[in-house]
Amino acid sequence: MAEPETSHGDQTLHVSLRQKTPVPLDVSIECGANEILSLIGPSGSGKTTLLHIIAGLVSVAEGTISSGQQTWLSTKDKVFKSPQDRGAGLVFQDYALFPHMSALDNVAIAIAPGQRQQGYDAAANLLERVHMTGLGARRPHELSGGERQRVAIARALARRPRVLLLDEPFSAVDRMTRRALRDDLMVLKKSLRIPVIFVTHDISEALELADRVAVLDKGNILQTGDPQTVKAAPASDRVSAILGLN
Amino acid sequence: MESAALYLSLKLAFWTCCLILPVAIIVARVLAWGRFRGKAICEALVMLPLVLPPTVLGYYLLVGLSPSAGLGKLAGQLFGAPLVFSFNGILIASLIANLPFAVQPVQRAFEAIPMNVRQAAWVSGLSNWQTFRHVELPLAWPGIVSALALTFAHTLGEFGVILMIGGNIPGETQTLSLALYDRVQAFQYDEAGIMAATLLAISFIAIAIVHATARRSGARVNG
Repeated sequence: MAEPETSHGDQTLHVSLRQKTPVPLDVSIECGANEILSLIGPSGSGKTTLLHIIAGLVSVAEGTISSGQQTWLSTKDKVFKSPQDRGAGLVFQDYALFPHMSALDNVAIAIAPGQRQQGYDAAANLLERVHMTGLGARRPHELSGGERQRVAIARALARRPRVLLLDEPFSAVDRMTRRALRDDLMVLKKSLRIPVIFVTHDISEALELADRVAVLDKGNILQTGDPQTVKAAPASDRVSAILGLN
Repeated sequence: MESAALYLSLKLAFWTCCLILPVAIIVARVLAWGRFRGKAICEALVMLPLVLPPTVLGYYLLVGLSPSAGLGKLAGQLFGAPLVFSFNGILIASLIANLPFAVQPVQRAFEAIPMNVRQAAWVSGLSNWQTFRHVELPLAWPGIVSALALTFAHTLGEFGVILMIGGNIPGETQTLSLALYDRVQAFQYDEAGIMAATLLAISFIAIAIVHATARRSGARVNG
């Protein structure tokens, strides 16, 4: 996992969103290239919705999303890029792999949609980078939770994304696998040089992996900062409660 | 044994399956994921032939497709001959009567595909068509095979609608189930028995083949 990805120039992700329904949101975040931002919040705080809005899967009442010079969303200027046209790699919480395809096909189809064969070499390389060498022929149901997650990460990286979004990536794996996956993510971070946003409700994960954390509650950002500072000086009792510091 | 009636039954079942498949896939997909006003009414209309007495459906088709009716006149000009008491007429009747048998299994199969799998396809760069072609269709395949099996078997056994719109004309609209009824009416039980056994065997084999296929493709999809 050592080779660097192609950098796309300035890729800082700017997100500013506001809506009252169906999920209340009032969020303004920024994530630079080569930065890992962790979104921490309880269930129902809007973390997954936020990732889906960035990926273009969910619309929002008001806001802007831009990646470097690219505008993905601007409700004021009536700009809405489809998920296909945004360079967002998304790893779903339950991975959402295509169950009828092999691990190799899952990645290859994202490299060359509609012409899987053309993507096989690059897909094999990506699987190798996530330590899945020799497992490309297996279907998702033949893989362990950790292996599935690696395939999901390889698929998310297949399009050479401008931002990588991870929705509770370690929630469905055991402790040992979690440890290995965290190490891999750190190695990936160094080589990717793109903004990485990952959702978690585990402060220890954020402390270990994130450069910055944003504490989200009921659609509002309560506090942002580097993990150590946020842990040492939570802005409110609610932040303490969310981080489990009480 | 009426080979012409057997041939007609198989021909009707074949063409019904061929023509209903694309319609069923489109309707099922819209009903599975579409959000629009009047969806409940659309679903009720699709299901109606399932609960409607076949003679009622046959009556309305007979009246609607008769050369004196506007629709029948138009169809007559289109096909060059009246639709009632013709193969094209019983084919149209068969397509309508089979709609719920074809749509339901495909709709259930589409509904069973998790939303995030489709979303994963979109964020992986697949267009809506590519998502349909490479993700939705293969995952819905067992449902599609079931729909074909049900449609094929149901068409072989259709009686009331075919009788009303087709008129039981040997060589033209007399399917094997109608010929069987004729033989029973004429007390020719030996010949009726052969026809009944033939229908039974064909239906059983058709269902067995498609279910075996569905199980295999289901196993490929789900493990």
